[in-house]
Formats: sequence, C-alpha cells, structure tokens
Amino acid sequence: MSHTLILQPGPEPCLQLSGEWTLPHYRQLRLQRLDAPGQVQRIDAEALTALDTAGATVLLQLLGAERLCTLVPHATGLSVERKALLLAVANAMAEQRGGAPDARYRLGDGLARLGGQVLNGWRQILAFLNFLGLTLVTLLAVMLRPWRWRMTALVAQMHQAGLNAVPIVAVLNFLIGAVVAFLGATVLREFGATIYTVDLVAYAFMRELGVLLAAILLAGRTASAFTAQIGSMKVNEELDALKVHGMNPIEMLVIPRLLALVITLPILGFIAILSGIAGGAVVSVLSLDISLTRFIAIVQEVPVKHLLLGLAKAPFFAVLIALIGCLEGFKVAGSAQSLGEHTTSAVVQSIFVVILINAIAAMFFMEMGW
Amino acid sequence: MTSTETIIRVRGLCNQFGSNIVHQNLDLDVYRGEILGVVGGSGTGKSVLLRSIVGLMTPTAGEIHLFGKNLLTLSSAERAALEQRVGVLFQKGALFSSLTVLENIALPLIEHAGLTRRQADEIACVKIALTGLAAHAADLYPSDLSGGMIKRASLARALALDPEVLFLDEPTAGLDPIGAAAFDQLLKTLRDAFNLTVFLVTHDLDTLYTACDRVAVLSQKKVLVADRLDVVARTDDEWIRDYFQGPRGRAASQAADRIGM
Repeated sequence: MSHTLILQPGPEPCLQLSGEWTLPHYRQLRLQRLDAPGQVQRIDAEALTALDTAGATVLLQLLGAERLCTLVPHATGLSVERKALLLAVANAMAEQRGGAPDARYRLGDGLARLGGQVLNGWRQILAFLNFLGLTLVTLLAVMLRPWRWRMTALVAQMHQAGLNAVPIVAVLNFLIGAVVAFLGATVLREFGATIYTVDLVAYAFMRELGVLLAAILLAGRTASAFTAQIGSMKVNEELDALKVHGMNPIEMLVIPRLLALVITLPILGFIAILSGIAGGAVVSVLSLDISLTRFIAIVQEVPVKHLLLGLAKAPFFAVLIALIGCLEGFKVAGSAQSLGEHTTSAVVQSIFVVILINAIAAMFFMEMGW
Repeated sequence: MTSTETIIRVRGLCNQFGSNIVHQNLDLDVYRGEILGVVGGSGTGKSVLLRSIVGLMTPTAGEIHLFGKNLLTLSSAERAALEQRVGVLFQKGALFSSLTVLENIALPLIEHAGLTRRQADEIACVKIALTGLAAHAADLYPSDLSGGMIKRASLARALALDPEVLFLDEPTAGLDPIGAAAFDQLLKTLRDAFNLTVFLVTHDLDTLYTACDRVAVLSQKKVLVADRLDVVARTDDEWIRDYFQGPRGRAASQAADRIGM
C-alpha cells in the first residue's frame, strides 16, 4: 500500500490523502512535493488509514500552518479527534513564528573565539584570586572561634584524601625511585662512580621528586573528587539549601578540605620520599653491590636542609590543589556535561600549577644558594 | 474510545525491598484508549508499579503482560521493540542535561526511527509546539528551563516515537493550576487523536476528575479498587474516604460538577 497524496485538479482542487501517515513512513512521505499549496481548497482523507504527529508534521510542511488551520475544519474523512489534533499542531506552529536563530559560520568567528578564550583565562585567574581571598578571610574568622572547627569533616577528609592515598603514593614512588637508581647506575657506570647513585636518588627525592609526585597524584585523585562532590551538590541545589539555612558553604565544605590537604600532603610527601629512597636502596643492594649499611650511611650524610626545602613546598601545593578542586566544583552549572568539563579542568589546572610552581621554586632555591 | 482490549495486564505482582513489602499479589488491567489514574498515599508503591511495568525493575514475583506479551520472559531484542511502543515521563523530567530540548526529543527519532538529523528536528519542532512550549525553548538546555517547561519538554520527548502507551509519573506536580489544566486538556486531545493509552500516577485531584476515565487506588500493598471515579469515591475504605471527602477532594468534585463533567 502506498502512502501518498494526490492533488485532484478542478474548480476546487482537492488534496487526497491515503495510506498510513505515520512515523515509520516519514522518510517516504517527506519526499513528496506539492507544487501549489495555495490552490488547495479541500482535504479528502477518506483513504487515510493511520495518522500520527509525524504525519501531521508532513502535512504542516506541505501546506503551511495557516493554510492547514483553514482547511482542516472542512476536511472530509477526518474524525473529530484527528481534526482537533491537526488544529492543535497547526495553531501551535502558527504562533511559533521566527524560528531558530541563524548559526552559520562567519568570517572572524575564530578571532572572536580566541578573544573569548583570553578573556575567559583572565576571568579564571580573577575568580581564583577572589576565591583564595574569600577562603582566607573565612579561615581567619573560623580560626578565632574554636567551637566552629569542624573536626569530624576535617578528619573524614584527611582519611579520604590522605590515608587512603598512602598505598598508591608509596608504590608509585618506590617504582620511580628504582627507575631513577637504574638511570643513575647506567650513566654513572661510565665514570666508575656508581656509588653516587645513592646521592642521586636521595637528593632527587628529598628536594624535588617526593613532594612533586605526591602532589601530582593528589591533584589527579583529590582535586577531581572535590570538584565532583561540590559540583553534584551544586546541581542538586544543595549549596543553595546551605545558604538558605544560614550556613556558609566555604566554611562547611572548603575549609575542611583545604586544611585536610595542608595537613596530609606534607605527610604524604614524606612517605613519598621514604618510598623513593627505599626503591633506590633495593636497586642499589640487588644490582650495584652496595650494602644496605653503606647506603644508609651515605643517605645520612645528605644535609637535612634538602629534605626541609622539599617538604616546605608541600603546603603551598596543598592549598592550590584544594582551592582549584573546590572552585571548579562551585563553577559547575546544572548539567552532567558541565560536571565532566569542570572535573577535567580541575585536574589539568592543578597538575599544571603544581609543576609550574615547582619549577619556579627550584630556580628560586638555586639562586638563593640553598 | 475505551475498548476492552487489555494493553497492560499485571497478575500477582510482588515487590519487596529487604523486609519492606511494597506490593503483594497486585492485579491490574489497563485497557486500550483509556486514561487510568493511579493514586495512593506516599510510599504505597505507585512509582515502583510504574517502573515494574516499563521494565526498569524486575519484580520479586508475578507476571506483567504488555501488549499481550509476558515482559519477564521476552528476549532483550523483543523487549527493546516493545519498549519503543511505550513513552515514559519521569517525575523529575530526566531530560538529558547535556542536550538541548530539541536534541532531547530528536535523539529517539534519530536512534530508533532512522531519520536524518534534519527530519528529526522537523518532527521535534512540532512536538515542542504541540506540548505548548515556546519556539525559543528548543535551543535551551534543561538547566535553563522552569519546572513547568521541564514537564512539557519531557512530555514531548515521551511522545517522540508516537507511542501507544504513555506512562506519566506525577506530570502536573509543580505546575501552576492553569498550566496543569492545560496539561490535562492536552492529554485528552492526544488520547482522542491517537487512541493513546495513558497510565497516570498522580496526586492531583483535578486531573483525576477532568482527565481520567478510571482510577486505581493503591493501598494495603495491592490495587484496592480500579473503576470509574464515582464508583471509587463511594468505596468503603478509610483512606479513600479521607482522600475524596477531604477538603481538597470535595473542592475538586464540586469544581468538576460545575463544569459539567
């Protein structure tokens, strides 16, 4: 059976509809063309067996909303209900003039986008500084009032972000410590100075790698978690609920997370340093024939200032990671897509900032002769 | 319009979460072309019943026949074919938050009806108009919509494939009275035009009086009564009495009398 329309010519041109005007036949129906829709005076639907909104859409496209409005009441073969539906569709479409805005590509769109991105970057920096200030002010206010310290939240965050991260931090640094020791042994063997492998591992992990690797791991693991937690609270209007109940989201959510990271990152950094050196020790003992007592003796000769310089960076990294994670969470706007974008952005930003600050600190320490 | 062809047949349905028994030996029939209102107190398992029938959860025991086929014994391919004949409007809308309203409605058309993006958009535009949304709403994201617009947009999505059965979970909750009345009217227009069968979970007494052909009352873990509204309202049960004879129930009944329902 064909699903078609035929225009019967004559003094009163009549549009004959036949077959099933339904969604499964939409593609076929849309292929039909009507040369002069304005001439149609009558609709005859005696042979029409089925009609749904897809069929109604085709009629609408062919005749136009206004023409359909005038023709439907006098159509033959249409039940009252179908007439009502067609009229409802036609009326609704007739009211909807204007249509979607033009979204064509224009010359200069790329330039506009570049400008937008630069502005956006600048706004992000401003937003971060704003947020940093707000958090510090809130932190000061809370510090002076010990009864408002949220110990439960703080300990819970320390557990999640700190204690639960210990295994991964330890294993990763152990492996990298071993790799650095192999690298050192390979290069230094040429000079007959394999013994300096121990110093290489010890200096590298104390000054740079231990805290840096711990911070990068935390940026990936915890900044994303902060963004997702706060972001989904935002989507659920939980943040608004907090505000309406007179509670400060910064105090409730950001301060415990911030303090938890500031406390745990130095500890994680210290664990990272120990595991890195342990990794180096295993390689030294097993493949470089350096005894464990000798290894420890050499490590003990490293001045303690290198350890302190390395660990001194940890609180700064912690602040940056926590604030970026939380701020991206607050920026989430109502959709699953936005939540994903901001979680990605939190991880990328915090890793970038950690590596950048570490490089600047390394140069600074070098210039200072520390 | 109501015929005696049974579209949904539920027999001996049991649903249990841990020790909490929600349904016990629940029986229900829904006939082609009718609007069935399902009412019941909070926690009587109205939404659970809806989710069981559309296959979102497997009941603890019992049989569910949809279009004469046992839902629980079908292969996944047969079931998917069956699900295309069903439209669902979720309580909170459940629009895809990363797609615009137009894309939300066009998605099932592109996926299941095999239309091109352009054709799907044409049909989606008509559905948007039909459900009373303004044209500019098509390009908005769900997070930019008001509560009433979300309901209309999700109705438009539920109607995307021109389903034979429509499941609505509290469609008028959160709508203003004028919007709710327009929604009821729209439902009747759609039912009359397409011979739709509507399974309507609601708390809205006005909807019951103006739109529903039959009302099923969920109470005591089963369907206590399912019949025409005047029959249900006369049933001798404490909850039903409180429901229909309470101040809101009386007001809705009087309003319905005045407009000659």
